[in-house]
Amino acid sequence: MSTLSEVVAALKDRFAEVTDSEFRGQTRVVVQQSQCFDALSCLKNEYGFDMLVDVTCVDYLNFRDATDRFGLVYVLAGTESNLQLTVRVMLNEPDLTVPSVVPLWEGANWMEREVWDMFGIRFEGHPDLRRILLPEEFAAHPLRKDYPLQGRGERHNFPVLTRAEA
Amino acid sequence: MAIELPENVVVSKLDSLASWCRKNSLWPMPFATACCGIELMATGASRHDLARFGAEVFRFSPRQCDLMIVAGRVVMKMLPVLQRIWQQMHEPKWCISMGACASTGGVFDTYSVVQGIDRFIPVDMYVPGCPPRPEQLIQAIIDLQDKIQAEGTIEGREFNTFARQQRKRALMELPIIGGPQIIMPPRQGVN
Repeated sequence: MSTLSEVVAALKDRFAEVTDSEFRGQTRVVVQQSQCFDALSCLKNEYGFDMLVDVTCVDYLNFRDATDRFGLVYVLAGTESNLQLTVRVMLNEPDLTVPSVVPLWEGANWMEREVWDMFGIRFEGHPDLRRILLPEEFAAHPLRKDYPLQGRGERHNFPVLTRAEA
Repeated sequence: MAIELPENVVVSKLDSLASWCRKNSLWPMPFATACCGIELMATGASRHDLARFGAEVFRFSPRQCDLMIVAGRVVMKMLPVLQRIWQQMHEPKWCISMGACASTGGVFDTYSVVQGIDRFIPVDMYVPGCPPRPEQLIQAIIDLQDKIQAEGTIEGREFNTFARQQRKRALMELPIIGGPQIIMPPRQGVN
């Protein structure tokens, strides 16, 4: 069973332009967009990261020193090796598409739907990429930093229901 | 010529009699979505005892209720549900907007929270507070009873007013995206 530093070293060996960093005992690697599925698949199948803890996203618009717009975050854990690793994929407009990891972890289904709903990142090959929290007809992705906090009037753009329709 | 009334006979108006019956047996529909709901439950429980005011029969079917108590914030996705439940209640019906969130959106001034349910359904009483104490809700029910007694009519003329059927000004100015376009024609002079 390999340690976390060995896993990171192997990952850097196999995939180009992988960078890693550590903060308060938590290790993070940044993977290229084109290689993210292969890297995650390798981590799952060869290094025993059998649990996908979370898929989430960060919008770095107007963030100091940021060069990329979105950071897609996969938090992985190995239930037997007891390792934790954060994999980050940097994305920029207009290419906000990554392969879905539902074939690897079934639990990614709803988490990827939430990221699609809130940030508008498309997951190619997702079985059912619909909005999960907001209504279907909602037109924006509200957790993007360029979306106003109070919305664009969607909260009041509802028809008043009349007796005949109820 | 004076007519002598027999004993135990009271002369009144039919409107007044109907209002007296209605106000003393309000059946609340709890639309409790947040912490106000806890205070609503406390109001119905033994310590505050809403039964003293004849409004203790909480029903979870809108068909059996005539007082909707909206307790808590209402988000965009919940709004069609709220409106549908309101329409399913039979008339005469009243609405209490309980707490800051139901009345104005409260601290949740965000894209998904409706800033006051009175934009979509007519509200009779607003209860301030975050959440309001049970005493405040009881006061609102007492005030609503006074209102019903004061302006209630047997055929419900008080519901048929222009102000009650007109959409909110702020809403009329907004375009409607998605869903069927419904614009209520201005109805003036309807009683």
